[in-house]
Amino acid sequence: MDLPIFHLDFLNNRMLIAIIAVTHVLINHAMAVGGIPLVAYLERRGMLDPDRGWDALAFRILTVFFVTTTTLGALTGVGIWFSAGLVNPIAIGSLLRVFFWTWFTEWLVFVTEVALILLYYLTWKRWRGPRKRAHVKLGFGLALASWATMALIVSILSFMMDPGSWHGDRTLFSGMFNPLYLPQLAFRTPLAMVMAGAAGLIITRASTRQDLALRHAATRAIGRWMLAWLPFTVAGGIWYAQGVPEGMRALLPVAMVTQNLTQWAGMATTAMWAAAGMIAAVALWAAVRPAGLRRWAVVLPALATIALIGTFERVREFVRKPYAIAGYLYSNGLRPDDYPLLQRDGLLATATYAQVRELTPDNQVDAGREVFMLACTRCHTVDGINGVRVALSRLYAGQRWDPAVIDRYLGVMHQARSFMPPFPGSLAERKALATYLAWLQAHPESLEGAQVSGVPTLPRPITASSARPL
Amino acid sequence: MMMMMTPIPRDLPLPLPASAFYLEPLLVVAFVAHIVFVNLLVGSSLLVFGLELRGRKDRDFDRLARALATTLTVNKSLAVVLGVAPLLIISVLYTMQFYTANALTGTAWIGLIPGITVTFVLLYLHKYSWDRLQDAKGTHLGILGIAVALLLFIPLVFLTNVNLMTFPDRWTAVRGFLDALTLPNVLPRYLHFLGASLVLTSLFCVAWFGRASYPVEEVFERLTRPQLRRMFYSVAFVVSLAQFVIGPVVLLTLPSRGINAVVLAEIGAGVALAIPAVWMLWKEMVDPESGRRFFKIVGLLTVTVLMMALGRHNYRYVALREHRRAVARETAAWQLASEAARVQARTGVPAAGAAPDGAALFASSCSGCHAKDTRLVGPPLTEIAQVYQGNPAGIVAWAKAPGKKRADMPPMPAMAAVGDANLRAIAEYMLKAGAP
Ligand code: HEC
Ligand code: HEC
Repeated sequence: MDLPIFHLDFLNNRMLIAIIAVTHVLINHAMAVGGIPLVAYLERRGMLDPDRGWDALAFRILTVFFVTTTTLGALTGVGIWFSAGLVNPIAIGSLLRVFFWTWFTEWLVFVTEVALILLYYLTWKRWRGPRKRAHVKLGFGLALASWATMALIVSILSFMMDPGSWHGDRTLFSGMFNPLYLPQLAFRTPLAMVMAGAAGLIITRASTRQDLALRHAATRAIGRWMLAWLPFTVAGGIWYAQGVPEGMRALLPVAMVTQNLTQWAGMATTAMWAAAGMIAAVALWAAVRPAGLRRWAVVLPALATIALIGTFERVREFVRKPYAIAGYLYSNGLRPDDYPLLQRDGLLATATYAQVRELTPDNQVDAGREVFMLACTRCHTVDGINGVRVALSRLYAGQRWDPAVIDRYLGVMHQARSFMPPFPGSLAERKALATYLAWLQAHPESLEGAQVSGVPTLPRPITASSARPL
Repeated sequence: MMMMMTPIPRDLPLPLPASAFYLEPLLVVAFVAHIVFVNLLVGSSLLVFGLELRGRKDRDFDRLARALATTLTVNKSLAVVLGVAPLLIISVLYTMQFYTANALTGTAWIGLIPGITVTFVLLYLHKYSWDRLQDAKGTHLGILGIAVALLLFIPLVFLTNVNLMTFPDRWTAVRGFLDALTLPNVLPRYLHFLGASLVLTSLFCVAWFGRASYPVEEVFERLTRPQLRRMFYSVAFVVSLAQFVIGPVVLLTLPSRGINAVVLAEIGAGVALAIPAVWMLWKEMVDPESGRRFFKIVGLLTVTVLMMALGRHNYRYVALREHRRAVARETAAWQLASEAARVQARTGVPAAGAAPDGAALFASSCSGCHAKDTRLVGPPLTEIAQVYQGNPAGIVAWAKAPGKKRADMPPMPAMAAVGDANLRAIAEYMLKAGAP
């Protein structure tokens, strides 16, 4: 509406965010929030039992964590900002206005965290002997900072799902302590510990070829570590699932699988339990018979946690729909509050950037394309991931796509598919969009975003003020 | 028709988290903290490359390169974390301008993420393979070479963005990142940035390798502390001189819109302080034993950097002032209209009382130059009412694109940003107030 529209017509904009965000969460949970306490724990064992190589192993694990978090981890963290600012700037901008001080505080903790991890890693070999105790303490301090960073961010994530009383008073405090906050934190914290264990198992295996005694002792320790945290993860997950607001829960089954195949929901839930069960089984194996643990089994928990966190984040993102911020902003970047104005005066007439301002019988397809860009591209591509042509082919399989029929569908799209917001524009625009969509049947095309084609624009004919009724 | 069009988006209808009075200075401070480490990251990588290259003939330089490369681990991490704060603040303060520039250069902008990640991985690879690739220097240098090339490109993307956000009148003309890159001023600013990186890194090296506790004798076979100092001082000196050439080009290529006395004073102060600093660099260079002037140099240049950052920020502030006002007006009008439409949708009746207030708008937008019956900068309302009797639309048209009529008056600025409906209300008020 008010910003040039960045659009990736093949990958899908949301997929861009998803790839970056899931990578970040994986690294952050496994290698910082859970990873640092695990390393500190192993280092402490090394301090108490100096001769068995614990210390060297802990350092090797830390090296992997350090290099990964300070490259891919840090950059995907920034990347979430970048991608959200491109794909859904209105949503991220609004969150930023509300949560600025949370994020600012988080940033201070984050700076501390980075300073501490640099210190922790770079002083490992120097703080020996009598200083070892201080070094272990430093590790636990760092763990605390990592956890605090996550704790602050989670408040924003859970706010997006249920702003709670923020709708009423719009203060930072009521935004932060929203109903889903504690359940999410209670779930993510132990999950991170389990994930760290999964990563630790692999690194241990890869770096102890010469020292089987150490391998077995470490594998057992990590297995126990995972077993200790698993029950909390499951309990946190159940608490969280129960906290998901009613309306969203109705969507949960849809969110978990390719939306159309709701019946898979049951299977997905089962699969999530199976993943948890498999992690438990391997952890138990590692804890009880570390010498017998097979190579293929070592990687299973890591794969399972990747699947778990991917599904979890996807569900979290999806159950928010049709909202980006529940009740305040739709995923298409428009506020429900502005709908009456937009539907009365039209998107094209009020948008800051548009090449078509007035609808005529001759420009229906061009106008429809612009409406599509404004109203649908935050979730759909034309022919890529979640492409509208595929959706239409499914809807009208084997038929000619009829503008009149599509037009009627657009009128009820939010009821037909409750994860889509209502059509935001005027009736004439709805018709133009329908014409465009029908036209697509015979004319597949790919849309270019503003990053390629720029924003050639006609002046806005109606400024907001003259749109006012007289 | 093809006149330049400046888009006026509507802002988010949420209040700022704090007064701009505090956020603007916070942005400057946060930005300086970030850019210093970026300078060190870019400058050190360049120097390491040069030193290692020379190290193929002279092993001492290889050692020097290696010692400098070690410091990159810390500097690059700080450059990234310290970048988050200015990113947040600018997104909050200049939401519409910043996100617009991001979207218009989107491919390059999002490409920064994999780009910087790869750069950092290469830097680690380079650092940790020093021994292993001792006999394959070409490969080792090649790894760093790719990282350096990336590091030379990455700042261009940031510069293009902050440049583009400052010029809303260019937004509808730009087609992608490469196009935005060619806006005037990007390249000179980029060179200025590279120069600053080299100066800063050289001074850092003077402090790092020149400090008494650095075991120069253990690390190097031949290089001595005074030699190291002289070497880095000379780099700082030569590049600083170049900055005196590039700096004015930066200033001259800046569109004049954002330049005012304060901006010039800030930049002037920065330059004035840099002159004695460069003189002292020269002194230290010819007398590397001394070391007395180091803190003076650093102190002066720190203030220079602060002044330049202030000038840079103020330039943007001034250049965008009108645009942000227009955005604020448009936002307020939009909210009123949206509210009215909600009422209408609920009740079926158009909302009353929402018409713009001509008198108030006249007072805020025009009364600086027009009064009822005396001539200020422009003609009085009595005269205007005669010219445009019964023709308020004529006033609107004039105000949006004023011509030149009266020889004894300056030209009137275009007031299109006020908005058609508001101008219409003003016009009606003017005709009423100026009627005999
Ligand atoms: C909030 C995100 C979102 C927005 C905005 C959105 N959609 Fe959808 N839409 C979806 C999702 C998710 C699906 C389900 C895709 C699937 O089943 O694979 C879908 C499905 C559809 C379908 C197929 C419906 C069916 O019953 O199978 C059509 C047609 C469609 N969308 C058209 C549109 C049009 C046209 C717009 C713009 C006016 C739009 N959508 C806006 C998310 C969105
Ligand atoms: C910076 C000073 C300034 C401001 C602010 C200003 N004007 Fe003017 N205006 C002038 C000057 C000077 C002239 C005479 C220009 C000429 O005749 O060449 C003028 C002339 C006019 C005229 C007479 C045009 C004619 O055809 O004779 C109108 C009408 C007018 N202004 C309307 C407005 C309105 C409406 C606003 C506020 C939205 C406004 N002005 C704000 C300086 C200003």
